[in-house]
Amino acid sequence: MNRFLLPLGAFLLLAVVLAVGIWHSPEKGVIASPLLGRPAPQFALPELNHPGRQLRSAELKGRWYLFNVWGTWCTECRAEHAVLLKVQQAGVVPLIGLDWKDDDAQARDFLTQLGNPYQAVAVDASGRAAIDWGVYGAPETFLVNPQGIIVYKHVGALTDDTWTREILPRVSAAAAGS
Amino acid sequence: MRVHLSMVMAVMLAALGAAGTARAVDPTELPDPALQARYLALTHELRCMQCQNESLADSPVELAADLRREVREQLLAGKSDEQVRAWMAARYGDFILFRPRYSWRNAWLWGAPAVLLLIGALVSWRIVRERTVLLATDDAPLEEDRQG
Repeated sequence: MNRFLLPLGAFLLLAVVLAVGIWHSPEKGVIASPLLGRPAPQFALPELNHPGRQLRSAELKGRWYLFNVWGTWCTECRAEHAVLLKVQQAGVVPLIGLDWKDDDAQARDFLTQLGNPYQAVAVDASGRAAIDWGVYGAPETFLVNPQGIIVYKHVGALTDDTWTREILPRVSAAAAGS
Repeated sequence: MRVHLSMVMAVMLAALGAAGTARAVDPTELPDPALQARYLALTHELRCMQCQNESLADSPVELAADLRREVREQLLAGKSDEQVRAWMAARYGDFILFRPRYSWRNAWLWGAPAVLLLIGALVSWRIVRERTVLLATDDAPLEEDRQG
């Protein structure tokens, strides 16, 4: 009996290990950010729609916000724009934009034409802020809680599904709890 | 066979040529040769997060250029290689390191070869021992078996 059970057990173990490897391969999903559960990076950047004014991360503390990294050069950002406008209309959580390595004039045109869902847009011309947030491709969206902790990250275009299933429950659960 | 060998040579030469053009992607030249060597080593062992299977040194995308700028500036500011790696991993996770670090989470991966080797040795030792026992108990000539 042992003669068959032992190899069978070894085979099953190997199958499980390989299956986990396939499910968790980087191509299969997104790379988990080490920033999840950690304080959102600090920044002080020029504001897109208020030349001369700076947007500081310290101003954002004490309330929920969605931090959305975008650029006019990013086609997926165009695709998610309608969802961002819906998020703004819902009025549950404000959107803060990070205009990543973009042309300011083009970015302003983009928002005038398609509508501006953001409460404020920070301009990251050098790309340093995006690196601090561990961004590797726009669009990326972070949910930050009132304590300034990143509680959720979405890579790729935001969808209705992500909004209703991942983001909204987190914000409303917190609102109900307090 | 000779033809195949020359084809392999051609591919290898082409690969060498590609390595040469990496300098075209990244024209950085640091003032200190020792710093330049460390810069090259670091940019070759850090992953371009956008293209994932390319190193920072080989990738033409803008994010890779921005991350190379970080490596360059931090080395010039006197940071150690380990500090630069830690800085990168704090933002992008260990995935950015082509050379994985030893940690309790991946300890089983590092230990697995030794454990597997030990299991293999144990199994072969048992098989050898079983067969030795068989030989020792059944050494009667086949002739006797037939007669009995």
